Amino acid sequence: MNNFKVLMNGIIRENPTFVLLLGMCPTLGTTSSAMNGMSMGLATTFVLVCSNVVISLLKNLIPDMVRIPAFIVVIASFVTALQMCMQAFVPDIYSTLGLFIPLIVVNCIILGRAEAFASKNGVMPSFFDGLGMGLGFTIALTLLGAVREILGTGKIFGCELWPVDYGMLMFVLAPGAFIVLAYLIAIVNKLKKA
Amino acid sequence: METVYQYIIVFITAIFVNNVVLSQILGICPFLGVSKKINTALGMAGAVAFVLVLATLVTYLLQYYVLNPCGLAYMQTIAFILVIAALVQMVEIILKKVSPALYQALGVFLPLITTNCAVLGVAILVIQKEFSLMMGIWYALSTALGFGLALVIFAGIREQLQMVAIPKGMQGMSIALVTAGLLAMAFMGFSGVDNGLKMFLGI
Repeated sequence: MNNFKVLMNGIIRENPTFVLLLGMCPTLGTTSSAMNGMSMGLATTFVLVCSNVVISLLKNLIPDMVRIPAFIVVIASFVTALQMCMQAFVPDIYSTLGLFIPLIVVNCIILGRAEAFASKNGVMPSFFDGLGMGLGFTIALTLLGAVREILGTGKIFGCELWPVDYGMLMFVLAPGAFIVLAYLIAIVNKLKKA
Repeated sequence: METVYQYIIVFITAIFVNNVVLSQILGICPFLGVSKKINTALGMAGAVAFVLVLATLVTYLLQYYVLNPCGLAYMQTIAFILVIAALVQMVEIILKKVSPALYQALGVFLPLITTNCAVLGVAILVIQKEFSLMMGIWYALSTALGFGLALVIFAGIREQLQMVAIPKGMQGMSIALVTAGLLAMAFMGFSGVDNGLKMFLGI
């Protein structure tokens, strides 16, 4: 039951994108379509879960002075493994996401959870915290990507809703990312108060 | 060999056409985080420029003289992030000793730079684009200037925004993001300038 609470905490109450406002670069940079947003979210979830588990296992072995560099090494190792797997098995997604795959290393959510949760809690809660935060991030990115894809190209996950000519290209480009996220955050703020 | 013209084009492209924040969407955290006042924005821009150029120099040498000859190119991500983290720490210690005045100005921002994805992003981009060392450093410097420009403009707008009545739901991050979106739209006006310039200079 407790683990379930930890899981839901990451998805809803402390959603990394809409509530904590962490990891803005991949949020804005990779959500030009729902599919891209979801792939980025799942890639981040993988790294988050693995690094949370390993760091909570190692928490007693890592001296306090060097804990941040140690966390970064753990995270960077998983990112490198992920990078190689994606290059081998899903080369299309790998080339679309491009630079943002190695940049998962500097995503503040991952280091933040390692520091705030995994280094203080046991393996199971850390696993669920990573999973919850990762899924919360994935849902947020998919939502943002879906809105941008619908407004920009009239498609969702590649299925046509209306002809491309009615789409507003701006929403697929950089300005659209900022503006759509701004309004999604405003809506979440409104819902939170209600 | 690169000509002077190519340096000019990289300079203009990195600042205006492919602005690191507003077009490539890197380094958003400091862009949104330390842009409430123009003074702090200037401090952050200075610190980023300093670290970005230094990090690009070191990671470039690391890639071409250590990782590539040893066949360790796949270690790029781990090696780069460690070097950047160590570099930031070192810069902080050296600045404290050598120039306390500069440390006073930049000190607060230095620890934040490790997790600034613009630094790691530019270091990787320089390798991916196969620039020469000089060109890589020039690209890093231009990118840092572009970052500074975007940050200072944004901070200026946000200072003005504080005097405006904003609808309740839009306060805080929402209105900042809309502003950034409009700014990005303004910078989209520069798209195509690089190709025009190339034609003009005859490359």
